Amino acid sequence: MIPTGSHHSQARDGSLAGVGPSTGSHHRNPTPYSLGDSSASATRITPGNALRPEDIALAAAEGTAHPREAVAEYALRLGDDALILAQRLGHWISRGPELEEDVALGNIALDQLGHARSFLTYAGAAWGKSEDDLAYYRREPEFRSAHLFEQPNGDFAVTIARQFIAASYQYLLYRELTRSSDPMLAAIAGKAVKEVDYHLDHSTQWVLRLAGGTEESNRRMIAGLELMWPFVGELFEDDPLIAEVGDAGVVPSSLKEEFDRATAAVLAEAGVEVPAHPMATGGGRHGRHSEHLGYLLAEMQVLAREYPGASW
Amino acid sequence: MAENQPVDDAGQANFDAVIAKDSRIEPKDWMPADYRHALVRQMSQHAHSEIIGMQPEANWITRAPSLKRKAILMAKVQDEAGHGLYLYSATETLGTTRDEMTEALLAGKARYSSIFNYPTVSWADMGAIGWMVDGAAITNQVPLCRASYGPYARAMVRICKEESFHQRQGFEILLELSHGTPGQKAMAQDAVNRWYAPSLMMFGPPDADSPNTSKSMAWNIKRFGNDELRSRFVGMLAEQVKVLELELPDPDIRFNEDTKSWDYGPLDWAEFKEVLAGRGPCNAQRMERRRAAHDDGAWVREAAAAYAAKQSASNDREAA
Repeated sequence: MIPTGSHHSQARDGSLAGVGPSTGSHHRNPTPYSLGDSSASATRITPGNALRPEDIALAAAEGTAHPREAVAEYALRLGDDALILAQRLGHWISRGPELEEDVALGNIALDQLGHARSFLTYAGAAWGKSEDDLAYYRREPEFRSAHLFEQPNGDFAVTIARQFIAASYQYLLYRELTRSSDPMLAAIAGKAVKEVDYHLDHSTQWVLRLAGGTEESNRRMIAGLELMWPFVGELFEDDPLIAEVGDAGVVPSSLKEEFDRATAAVLAEAGVEVPAHPMATGGGRHGRHSEHLGYLLAEMQVLAREYPGASW
Repeated sequence: MAENQPVDDAGQANFDAVIAKDSRIEPKDWMPADYRHALVRQMSQHAHSEIIGMQPEANWITRAPSLKRKAILMAKVQDEAGHGLYLYSATETLGTTRDEMTEALLAGKARYSSIFNYPTVSWADMGAIGWMVDGAAITNQVPLCRASYGPYARAMVRICKEESFHQRQGFEILLELSHGTPGQKAMAQDAVNRWYAPSLMMFGPPDADSPNTSKSMAWNIKRFGNDELRSRFVGMLAEQVKVLELELPDPDIRFNEDTKSWDYGPLDWAEFKEVLAGRGPCNAQRMERRRAAHDDGAWVREAAAAYAAKQSASNDREAA
C-alpha cells in the first residue's frame, strides 16, 4: 500500500466539502464576511458556519456583496484558475494509481471547485451573473485562467508537478489575500488557505516520493517538472488591473521570491534541479489561452448549453 | 484463508452459540471455513462493486450541468472510493489481502454488481442511479448492519448513512428534471425506464434460484430473501415516483392485499444472466478501465514502496 500518512483520514472527512446544505436553507451566520468557525477543520465542512458560495450569492442578492469592477475582474482570475484546475483533477477520479489517490485527488478537486464557486459568485455579483452563468456561458477568450491550470493531466508525475506549482502559488497568494481590504476576498481566502495548505503537503510528499522512489519515477518526475515549469512565470506577472485592485488584492510579483525559495528547498530535498527552461509567454489573464482550454470548455459546457435557461 | 483448518469443537460450539443468540463474530474468533469463504465472497464483491461503480458516474463529472451538481457528483464518486477502501479493509480481517482481492477482480475471477455494466448516456442517469440503484443498494444493505460478522456490520452502518445521502441527491436530480423543461422531463423518464428493471435485478435471482441465500440466512449474514427485499423496494419506488410525476415502466405494480407485499411484472432474467456472463453493454469497458488504472499506476506504487523502504532504512541507520 502507498504510505499516504494522514492524508486519507483528512480526505475522507472532506468528502462532502463543497456540497453544503441545499440551497435556500436557513443559515445561522447572518454576515457573509465571517471567516467561519475558528475551530473549523480545513477539510471538514461545517454547514452554517463555514463560508459557502450560497452565502455569497445571498449577500449578492441582498446587495451586501457588491465588488467594484476591478475587484470583480480580479476575483474572476482566481476563480477561473481554481475552476479549470478542478475540471482537470476531476478526470482522475476512478483513474488514480491507487484508491487512496482517487480519494485524495478528488478531495483536492472538490476544494478547488469550492474556491472557484466562491470567487465566481462574488465576481458575478458585480455584473448580475451567477457562478453558472460565468462557468458555462462565457467564451474561451473571456476566461482569465493562467496557462498552468489548463495543462493536460499527463501521467501522475505531470499532474503532481502541476499540483506542486499550483499549490505553492495558491498557498502564498491566499495567505496574503486573507489581509485583503475587501472583506469578502479575505473571507474566501481564509477558508481556502487552510485547504490549499493540505494540497501543498500532498504534492510536496509526492514530489519527494517520486523523485526518490525508483529510476523510472525519478525520470518521470523530472520530465513532469520540466514540462510544467515554463508556466510558472505567468503566475507572477503584474499588470494594470493589479494596480487598480490595490490593497484589495495581492501583487503577484511580490510572491515570487518566497515561491522560488520554498519550491527550491523541496526540489533540493528531492535531489532534482529547478528546471532552467525559459518561461512561456502567458496571456491567460487577458484571454489568450493555451491550445488545451477550448477542448476543456467544450466538454464542461456542452450539457448546460444544450438546455439554455434550464435549472438543474 | 483457513481452508483446511483443524476441527475445533470448542470453536464450533462458540460460533454456534454466538449465531444462536444473534450476536457478533469478531476476526479472532474461530469460524467455519465456509462462513469465512462466504463472507470474503460477498464483502469483496461489494467492495469491487463500489470501485467499478465509480466509473458510470465519473463519466459525467466533467460535464455536470452546474457547478453545484459537479461538486455533489464528485463528492459522491469519492465516497464510493471510500466505501471500497473501507470494505476491502473489513475483508482483510478475514485473512485475504487487498492485493489478492484486486488480482481476483482484474483476472475476472471475482464479480461486481452487474448493474454497473450498463452505460450512463444522459445526465438524468445520475439521478436514476442515485434514486434507484443506490435505493436498491440501501434496501439490501440496511439489514446487513445487523450481519453476524462484526467488521462487516460496522462498515455497513457508515456506508448506509452515506448511501442515504446519495439516494436523496439522486431523487433531487430527477425532481429538478421532471419539473424542468419538457426536454429535461423526457430525459428523466427515459433514465427511469432504462434503470428500473436492472435495479430490481440487483436483489439477485428469485429465492428459488439463489444458491447462496439460505446458507447466508442461517448464518445471520443475510436477513431477508431476495424476493422480499425486491418487493419492498418496488413499494418504495411506487410511492416516490408520484412525487417525481414520472412513471415506472411496469403496468403490473400493485399492492397485494393477500400477501401484504408489492407485486410487479416479470423480469427478464435471461438478460440478467447474459450481463452476468460478461455479455452486457459495458463489461469489457469497465474491466479495461480498471486494469488501465491499475497498470498505469504500477510505477507510482512501486516508487512509493521504494521510497518508504529507503526512508525506513535511513531511519534505522540514524537510530543505530
